[in-house]
Amino acid sequence: MASESLASKTAHELHPLLEAGKVSPRQVVDDLLARIAQRNPSLHAYLDVDADRLRQQADALERSGRKGKLYGIPVTIKDNMCITGEHVTCASRILEGFRPPYDATAVDRLKREGAIIVPRANMDEFAFGSSTENSAFGATKNPWDEARVPGGSSGGSAAAVAGDLAVAALGSDTGGSIRQPASFCGVVGLKPTYGRVSRYGLIAFASSLDQIGPITKDVQDAALILSVIAGHDPRDSTSAPVGVPDYAAALKQPVKGLRIGVPALPTVGLDPQVKQAVEEAAKALERLGCRLVPVQLPHIDRSVETYYIVATAEASSNLARYDGVQYGFRAAGRGGEGALLDMYLSTRTEGFGAEAKRRILLGTYVLSQGYYDAYYLKGMKVRTLIKQGFDQALAQCDVVVMPTAPTPAFKLGEKSSDPLEMYLSDIYTISANLAGIPAVSIPCGFSADGLPIGLQLLAGPFKEDVLLRAAHAYEQATEWHKRTPGAR
Amino acid sequence: MSNATPDIVKHVALLARLRLEGEALAKTAAQLDEILEYVKKLQAVPTDQVEPTSHVLPLSNVLRKDQPQPPLPNEAVMRLAPASQPPFVNVPKVLET
Repeated sequence: MASESLASKTAHELHPLLEAGKVSPRQVVDDLLARIAQRNPSLHAYLDVDADRLRQQADALERSGRKGKLYGIPVTIKDNMCITGEHVTCASRILEGFRPPYDATAVDRLKREGAIIVPRANMDEFAFGSSTENSAFGATKNPWDEARVPGGSSGGSAAAVAGDLAVAALGSDTGGSIRQPASFCGVVGLKPTYGRVSRYGLIAFASSLDQIGPITKDVQDAALILSVIAGHDPRDSTSAPVGVPDYAAALKQPVKGLRIGVPALPTVGLDPQVKQAVEEAAKALERLGCRLVPVQLPHIDRSVETYYIVATAEASSNLARYDGVQYGFRAAGRGGEGALLDMYLSTRTEGFGAEAKRRILLGTYVLSQGYYDAYYLKGMKVRTLIKQGFDQALAQCDVVVMPTAPTPAFKLGEKSSDPLEMYLSDIYTISANLAGIPAVSIPCGFSADGLPIGLQLLAGPFKEDVLLRAAHAYEQATEWHKRTPGAR
Repeated sequence: MSNATPDIVKHVALLARLRLEGEALAKTAAQLDEILEYVKKLQAVPTDQVEPTSHVLPLSNVLRKDQPQPPLPNEAVMRLAPASQPPFVNVPKVLET
């Protein structure tokens, strides 16, 4: 049974009520806080919540008389985006105590439209992981089954939205970190085109792959949030100078005649229930007037290998900045001769968790003299082939469909001792980051155990409007998104 | 042949400013070796005529006007450092005698 809490509503349901003054931002925040107090102790979707500051934000917003597209809507932020004066740690000990003196552009844009910013959703440390078990501050649980992971790395954001501890959230996606947890938690997760949303103030993991995007209860909310955060930003020179279409209007366009590409995919580890649900979803799109076309995605079966070279190389470089000098944690050094090197070694060894160290080492290895050509250069070349494969496939169709993840949510601890096994859970999401194209995960069924299954839709660069149109048509024709984990 | 022996991994760890010794070194070396063995499958893909992709957007030489903007206040930035005496940060002794 759906709960009556305002936190269980979507942003597009709440907005007219807030705008008309039928509910106040304070009432929404109070309902949200009640829900968080009730559910967060077991789910651990939030690292911490400052109730007083949230109430102050709501009251100040009401007094200001400012309205906007997100007036009074609470938006939960993953712990890797800068918010002025708030604690931001990337779920890592090495950033403990960090309170940024500026806002990420995505956060700033939400604020300008009247959103209430809700820090801070749990994640895998530095977004390194697919289960949120790599958080230095404890794992998040899946609201559908607390013995299972919510996915990762934006697991806190997805679990909060699914469990009605959030109305909507921002996540970040480097290899599937928005889409895979959205799939595991039965919500909508959109990774925009690389360059669609500014990365200014997003704490970097892999700079050529990272994108910020929404995690929401339905496709209409994803379109709403994207319309606010998308667009060129002079502070991020990799943000694209490309106009932002009216995503809400795009949802109303017909899907009849849309060409849906169905690729042949690697099926190692693919759960037959997931396979069946995705095949059924393709048929449902066909019944809506779309045309199914078979497409080839050559080299997609090499995307995990390519990703773990490219992403770790970039990560090892980005994480070199954590040296105990300018911000965050510094270990007590032993002083005397070699004191500086000792401080660096102690700070980084004590400050980073196991997976962060593993990825820094892997990235340093593939970039080092003697290994660069065989690993990093090779990886960048295969990346070209993967991208060309998508270019060719998306010349023959408008949207590609495939599973988001090979399985529904796995159990806590099931893959945490085997890094390679964990990496393979990203097999279907990684290629969109390597190719730089937009992709969305939406609910398309449930396993026999009652766990959500995600359908992934992918489109050409800056075709979020087409992507969301197809996703919305499917969502409205099905009932999957209406099922919730329940009030509990 | 092993891709990542404990000796190689210990050297890489020093380059990355991480301390890795004993059992942790042996375990990490074994994990990295397994991962590197897996990613070596890429060698089978022919790429002789393929240009590398470091970035997907067709952007190059993105410039902005050379107009100074007010920086973040020194004090706000110094407050973030684990040890500082504004306007400076404190670090262990850098020059050895």
